[in-house]
Amino acid sequence: MTASNHKFWGYRRADGQVGVRNHVLILPTITCATQAARQITELVHGTVSFIHQHGCAQVGVDYEQTFRTYAGMGMNPNVYGVVVLGLGCETHQARSVAQDIARTGKPVEVVSIQDEGGTLMAIAQGAKIAARMVQDASAQLRELCDFSELMIGTECGGSDACSGISANPAVGVVSDRIVDAGGTAILAETTELIGAEHLLAKRAVDDKVSKRVYEVIAAMENRAFHMGVDIRTGNPSPGNIRGGLTTLEEKSLGAANKSGSRPLQELIDYAQRPSRKGLVWMDTPGHDIEQLTGMVAGGAQIVLFTTGRGTPTGSPIAPVIKIATNTPIFQKMSENIDMNAGTIIDGAESITSVGERIFDEIASVASGKLTKAEILKQHDFGIWRIGPTF
Amino acid sequence: MYKTVMMKPHDHVAIALAAIPEGAVVHVICDSQTYTVQLKDGIEFGHKFAVVPIAEGQDILKYGEVIGVALSDIEIGSHVHVHNVEGKRGRGDKLGDSVKP
Repeated sequence: MTASNHKFWGYRRADGQVGVRNHVLILPTITCATQAARQITELVHGTVSFIHQHGCAQVGVDYEQTFRTYAGMGMNPNVYGVVVLGLGCETHQARSVAQDIARTGKPVEVVSIQDEGGTLMAIAQGAKIAARMVQDASAQLRELCDFSELMIGTECGGSDACSGISANPAVGVVSDRIVDAGGTAILAETTELIGAEHLLAKRAVDDKVSKRVYEVIAAMENRAFHMGVDIRTGNPSPGNIRGGLTTLEEKSLGAANKSGSRPLQELIDYAQRPSRKGLVWMDTPGHDIEQLTGMVAGGAQIVLFTTGRGTPTGSPIAPVIKIATNTPIFQKMSENIDMNAGTIIDGAESITSVGERIFDEIASVASGKLTKAEILKQHDFGIWRIGPTF
Repeated sequence: MYKTVMMKPHDHVAIALAAIPEGAVVHVICDSQTYTVQLKDGIEFGHKFAVVPIAEGQDILKYGEVIGVALSDIEIGSHVHVHNVEGKRGRGDKLGDSVKP
């Protein structure tokens, strides 16, 4: 079976959403449960998990953002079913996260290390549940789905001076194609839009969205003000600077090219699911893994990731298609990078032509073709924390 | 001939798409304009050089937008990077103690 233009083979979920993968997720809501979760993935084929350091002694908006991230990972349509693994005494209760995920109608069960009487019993119980879910998942067939059901995250990491010339504009072409097909494209990394916000505010569908653009930019810039530092001490990074990027504004103007040219429909919080189709901006930091996690928790089934310096980045539940901004890094890190937009720099291919190739690759990957990061089990996860741990 | 790219006609800088040695003469084309520039520094792949003279304190344009401000006078053909350009945004270091927590 092959995917045709604007169609792909996906997994239909109970709530009508479509997944491009059929994972069983072992979801630890607390750092204390991450080791047991990893053990279950060793025992049971077809399961994924992630390591993190959060889930306890968190309050207020920071508590909510972490909670939303956990629940969003479970609700992502690439996940068939979820075993939510808790310790028992943590602030982020496994049962509450499971209740949120259950609203999608997918299989969800809770295992608590304290209730089970220790790590080994919790692993055994979690593995038994997961094994059953994996077999059920394996019986589900893919069906023909439309591109309008796709939510594509866009990201750049390890940027160089070529990012804004080659891969980011090519991703912009894809972003427009996804939007025109009725789907959703996520622009993110607010930090790396500082200096380009006026260009995006002009594309906002209404004054409310335009005002939010300036608000989230001001909030991000204020964090640097309150630390009393030049943001350039951390962004652009030393690798960005070696690659020829001089200031954050220069990096931002190149990064904004990923958004293509369509109207900006809404501005959403970190790990929040978009309420509108088309181009949306998620408020995330520039940190690659925190941004990636926010977009996947928001429902992105596939992420496009451009890189000039080279990166291994991947997600436990969403395929990440990595795109080189220059040919030398594509050749040097071909085990990590899926596609080459350096052909634009070489003069061998146009921006539009590379965009078309990426669009076609989305259909293949959505239908089951594995990305390099999936093959190498690059299961990155990181939450944007917005408050202290107590 | 060394490959370069200049994004917008009003930009002050162009980008080297190959390592270019000091003293080389390059022809930078943007829209209908051609700038002939003799490089005062060696320019690495992906790095910028000035195609017009830039004065200290002047905003520097790339993509037709402001990418920062010149820290010194920059001659045509000079490397334009962190040694002679600073960002204007996210400059917590330039504020007094009043805004610090």
